[in-house]
This record gives sequence, structure tokens and C-alpha cells, in this order.
Amino acid sequence: MGHQDGTALGWKGKEGLPSGGPSTHEINLADLSKGWSKQGGQVKVVKPPLPSPDKRWKIIDAKMRKMGYQPHALIETLHAVQESFGYLDEVALRWVAKSLRVPPSKVYGVSTFYNFFTLKPQGAHTCVVCLGTACYVKSASKILEAIEVFTKIKPGETTPDRQLSLLTVRCIGACGIAPAVVYDGNVSGRVTPEQATEKLKGYFSHAS
Amino acid sequence: MLLEELKGIAEKEKAGRKQICVRCCMSAGCMSSQSAEIKQVLEKAVADRQLGDRVEVRRVGCMGLCGQGPLVSIEPEGLLYERVTPENAATIVETLAGGTTSAQRGDLTQPFFARQVAVVSRNGGRIDPERIEDYIEAGGYGALHHVLHELQPADVVVAITQSGLRGRGGGGYPTGLKWATVAKSKGERKYVICNGDEGDPGAFMDRSVLESDPHSVIEGMAIAGYAVGANMGYLYVRAEYPLAISRLQIAIRQARQRGLLGDALFESTFNFNVEIRIGAGAFVCGEETALMASIEGRRGQPRPRPPFPAESGLWGFPTLINNVETFANIVPIIIRGAEWYAGLGTEKSKGTKVFALTGKIKNNGLIEVPMGITIREIVEDLGGGAPDGAKIKAVQTGGPSGGCIPAHLFDTPVDYDSLMKVGSIMGSGGMVVMDDTTNMVDVARFYMQFCMEESCGKCIPCRAGTVQMYQLLNKILERQATIKDLEQLEELCDLVRNTSLCGLGQTAPNPVTSTLRYFRNEYLALLQPETGGYGVDAKQPADAKVAL
Repeated sequence: MGHQDGTALGWKGKEGLPSGGPSTHEINLADLSKGWSKQGGQVKVVKPPLPSPDKRWKIIDAKMRKMGYQPHALIETLHAVQESFGYLDEVALRWVAKSLRVPPSKVYGVSTFYNFFTLKPQGAHTCVVCLGTACYVKSASKILEAIEVFTKIKPGETTPDRQLSLLTVRCIGACGIAPAVVYDGNVSGRVTPEQATEKLKGYFSHAS
Repeated sequence: MLLEELKGIAEKEKAGRKQICVRCCMSAGCMSSQSAEIKQVLEKAVADRQLGDRVEVRRVGCMGLCGQGPLVSIEPEGLLYERVTPENAATIVETLAGGTTSAQRGDLTQPFFARQVAVVSRNGGRIDPERIEDYIEAGGYGALHHVLHELQPADVVVAITQSGLRGRGGGGYPTGLKWATVAKSKGERKYVICNGDEGDPGAFMDRSVLESDPHSVIEGMAIAGYAVGANMGYLYVRAEYPLAISRLQIAIRQARQRGLLGDALFESTFNFNVEIRIGAGAFVCGEETALMASIEGRRGQPRPRPPFPAESGLWGFPTLINNVETFANIVPIIIRGAEWYAGLGTEKSKGTKVFALTGKIKNNGLIEVPMGITIREIVEDLGGGAPDGAKIKAVQTGGPSGGCIPAHLFDTPVDYDSLMKVGSIMGSGGMVVMDDTTNMVDVARFYMQFCMEESCGKCIPCRAGTVQMYQLLNKILERQATIKDLEQLEELCDLVRNTSLCGLGQTAPNPVTSTLRYFRNEYLALLQPETGGYGVDAKQPADAKVAL
């Protein structure tokens, strides 16, 4: 888990923010998040414009709106960003920080603390090898080894042609069918090293 | 919603039931082996055969025997089919019209099923988790009505206290006592949190409960809210469980539509709402203060206790935080009574416990057994022993916070205190069976690597200690270590246990200390000979050659 601060991303303060001029709108905290704000009442919030006309920003904005643009919406919002764009880039992190009125350093801190978030773009396909205890006992490491040899990348990396990202996870709860591998979000059980490489061949077949 | 309406829904459901029900498991395990496709094939076969007037195909939650999935059962005949494929699924329906099937038959009377006592898993494999009507027909939300209209909040706390229920997340803290503390705490508002951050690798009980019976957890939370005076609940679920999250979303939506969540439940003055918060892959968030930090949108780092969440929790308000399985126990306790529940289990550990039985064992899956059952009974009777006649060496319970129990202690009863006595813990319910191809030093290293990677970095003993211990274990496995290194490892275990801030660090040495306690020879066999390694016990070094 990361212990870096925001400087690694080159936070430069206001000048790095998306242009377009801030819009002002009013939010009644007491209405938007019943049972959260201690004081409630009218608060003026400066809301930054969407970073681009891309419709996905609207989905993310809707998520934040639903949670009243409260700082505690941060993790849920980052989930929405990653679901929409596949990863968290600087533009997104800055925009979320501004929208939720959370310091960029905290946004960066949260993004790097949780394993689920990635700051790097992922390949067209993902292959996640489960390394939970049940999979470990059933030699998941051999599967990972075979995949590493086949793809020539290590966990956390993406192939140079951006076809495949290889990831590992600590237990997806599919222990009954261990060892398990998740291809593009679909769980496969009782996987053998041969099956795994065979499956991955399909992702590269167009190139050969 | 009124009681009459609830009964009306249940009766309408009963009336609409067909004579024969083909149940298709749609839990994450079976879904990964095409059970969604299988259900479609079954439905089509029923339609093709024109059996629609007496046969229905139902999506159900986990049946338990995940290792043999996808599973299909036929009720009321009590037939089970294992490892069903989309190709042979249709022939299962043929048997209802006098045909034969090539699908593999399972046995619902085998000890794996017969020895179980279903309390938490009572609806697993029976109801459709995506239909609230199914849950209501099974008696759902009746307990909430009873509590709101017949009992005072204090009575509910008394009932839970008398049941003897203890926290199922692993700590084993008496649930009634926790509820009483939160009920007594003064605060402008209070919260109920359900801890569904099942991070222990090798455990999937909570996933199964959330996927198979989400409403029972929601109803349990609402009852808890009434008892302690909270109107808002949060369900914190791991991002690794997408199916559980989607089923919970459906369940919450349906409960709101039916007026079973929201304002003035059952026309009482009690309001209760639930929201889901999705974790983001941090094991430490299973620790209650870290979990609350995560709900608040911060890095999931624990803080010292006291103050305990019961006094100052989420946003500083009194907060009740219980595990998924604990909440799933509430409804049966209310309906069947505290005395009934207290009659199950042992003197100090009441009720049942769900275990995820995995690893080198014939029957992989979920089991719910009364407390006090021995490990031997679980492994040999329910689990069917090791596959291919291999020799079982140890059982690991409690995950990275637990320990390995060697075969000669398999007569240990499974309860909080007995497991503690043999150097392990109950934990959340992971039970990984290891045979003699597993090297125990490697197991210790596996867990230490896990703790090292998952340490949040806040306190030094855990952040630095786990790295040092991991490196020492590596050195031992590379046969570079001396007896001095082993001594240092033991010293570090003691230090990290006693000085870490939260449970993660305090228990991180457990896998090392328990393997050292029972399998010390495997460590010694790897040390350099001139320093007291090899040959300390002439009978044992053979172990070292295995599985490295």
C-alpha cells in the first residue's frame, strides 16, 4: 500500500484544474444526506465543470450528487470513475477532489491505499489469479508462473501491446472451486496451468 | 406494510407454487461454472416438455457443496445432481417425464448434508435471493413485525443476551453485551454497521449468506437498529464480491418498495434505512475502526480503542458493528426464542457456526455445524477426508490471524475457547485442510507475506515487523538461516503481538507461532546443520524435502 503524498502526481494547485470557470449551486446538506451533517443548513458550494463533454463524467457526477457532494462520497466516487474509465488518472482525481472539497493529497492517499484502485490504464483484457489460501494449497502459484512465462509480464503489469493486464488478488471467495482465475470479470474454477495459458492465447490470437 | 399484507404475500406465493421445484444454484461458485446457462436450459426443457403446469425452475442461493457445483436439486423428491453441464441439464427435466439422465447424482443424505444444522443457512438453496416474496413466504420480516409490536427495545437486547450469541467475525465478543452498550450510549443519532469485508483468504461464508439470503441480514440489522435506537445502517461489502453487492442492491430496493425499509415500519414509529458501501481491497478494513474510516471516505487505518465504536463510532456517534453471520442469526433467535438457540452448541459457545471447508479435502464447500463438534468430525465425516487417500496433516483456522491445528489434536471441539487453547482461533470460519505435501514453513511465509502486504503502515511494529519476519522466513526456506535467526523470529513474534495497534498486527505472528509449536522440526530441518539444524530429530528431516 502506498504511503506517498500528492506530489508524485505533480499537484500544482489551482492552475492544473480543468478550465471552463466554476459554476455555483446551492445544496441543502440536511436534505441531501439525512443524518450526516451535524450543522445542516444552506451551504454554498463551488462546483467545478466536467473535465470534458464525455458522458461518463455525468455518471460520476450523478454519483456524487446522490451523496450530496460530501467528502465521505470519495471512495464510492472513485469506484464510479474506475468503473467508467478503467483507471484513475490525474484529471479525474483533481476533479473529484475539487467536487467533494477534499484536498488532492487525501484523494491521492485514498487512491493509492486501496488495492482495488489503479492509476495505470489496464489492457483490453484482464486476468486475475486468486492467491487466497485455498488456491495456494491447490498450487495457484504454478498457474501464475505459467502465465508469467507465457505473457512475459509480472502481476500488476500490462503486455506491451496492451492486450492483457495480469493481476493477483487475495481471495475472491470461490474457495470451493479452487484454484480460481478471473478472466475479464468471469470466474473460472479448478483451473490448471495449461488451461490458463490456453485461455490467454485467445486474447492474442488476432495478432498471430 | 401491515402484518395482513405480509401474510397475503406469503399466501399468494404458496398458492402459486408448482408441485415440483427444480432448484438451480446461482451462487458465485456455481455461476462460474455456467449455472446461469443451465437454468435457461432447464426452463426451456420444462417448456418444451409442456411440464409448466406442475414444474417450476427456481434460482436459489448456495447449497453448500460448492466443490461439486453446479448443483441442481429437485424437490420434493430430494434429488441432487452434481457437476451439471448445459449439455446434460435438459435430461434432468426428462426424468420428471419418465426419462433418464446422464447427470451425476449426488446424495443429500450423506453426512456432509445430514450432519449440518441450518440456522444461518436456513434459506440457502431454498429461496430465490432476488425475490423478496420468496423470503416473505419463508417467514421473512415476521420477526421484525414481532419485535416492533410485541417487544420493547430492551426486551430485544435481553433476548440476544440470553441466546448466548457471540460475534461471528472472529472476536467472539458477546453480541448481547455489545447491543446493550450501544443502547445505553447517548448520542444525537446512532448507526448500525454490518461488516461484510470478509478479507480472510479461504473464507467465503459471508459472501454466501449475502448472495443466498440478503434479506435475513437486512432484517437482522433492522431489529438491531430498533434494539439500540439507530435509524441508519451501512452494509460494508468487499468489492471482490460483485454478485453479493448486486443481490443486496436488489434486496434493499425491494424492501423499500414494500415499505420494509424506510419510515414508520409496520406502522410503528420506527424508521430504518440501509445503504451499501463498497470496500476497495484492503484486508485491514475488516478491523472495525478501519472499516468506519473507510465508510467516512478515508484511508482504512485503524485507531486506538477506547473509545470503542459503541460509544464513539461512525462520525463520532455510537455505532453497533457486527458481522454478516451475526446479523443472520438474529431472526432465528427472535422467532424460535433465545432458549432454543442457547440449547445449541456448548456452554460458552452457543449456536452454530458456518465454516468454509476447503483445501485438500474431498467435499469442498460450506457447512453449518453446532459448536462443540470436533475437528475430526468435520474433516472426516462431513469433509469425507482427503481425496486420493492422502494423509491430512493439519487444519488451518482463522486465516492470517489464526493457526494450524495438527492431526493429533483433531479431537479438539470447535468452540471459541478450545481453539484458543490449542493456539488457533475460531476466526470468521475459514477452515483450510492441508495434507503432507504442504510444507508448514511455507504456509507461515504465505500468511506473513499476506500480513506484510496488507499492513496499513500506521504503527511501526506491524509495518516493519511483518517485513522482518517475512525476510527471516524466506531465509529459512532458502536454507540460509541459523538457529539464531529462528530465535530472532520468535522474539519478533512476541514483540509484534504485544505492541501492534490493531488486530492485524497483534495476530500476524499466529501462523508462525502455531506452526513452530507443532511443526518445529520442519523449521529445524531447514536450518544450517552446524547451528543445530538438520538431524535434531532423526525421524523428521524427511519432511523438509516435501513441497518446497
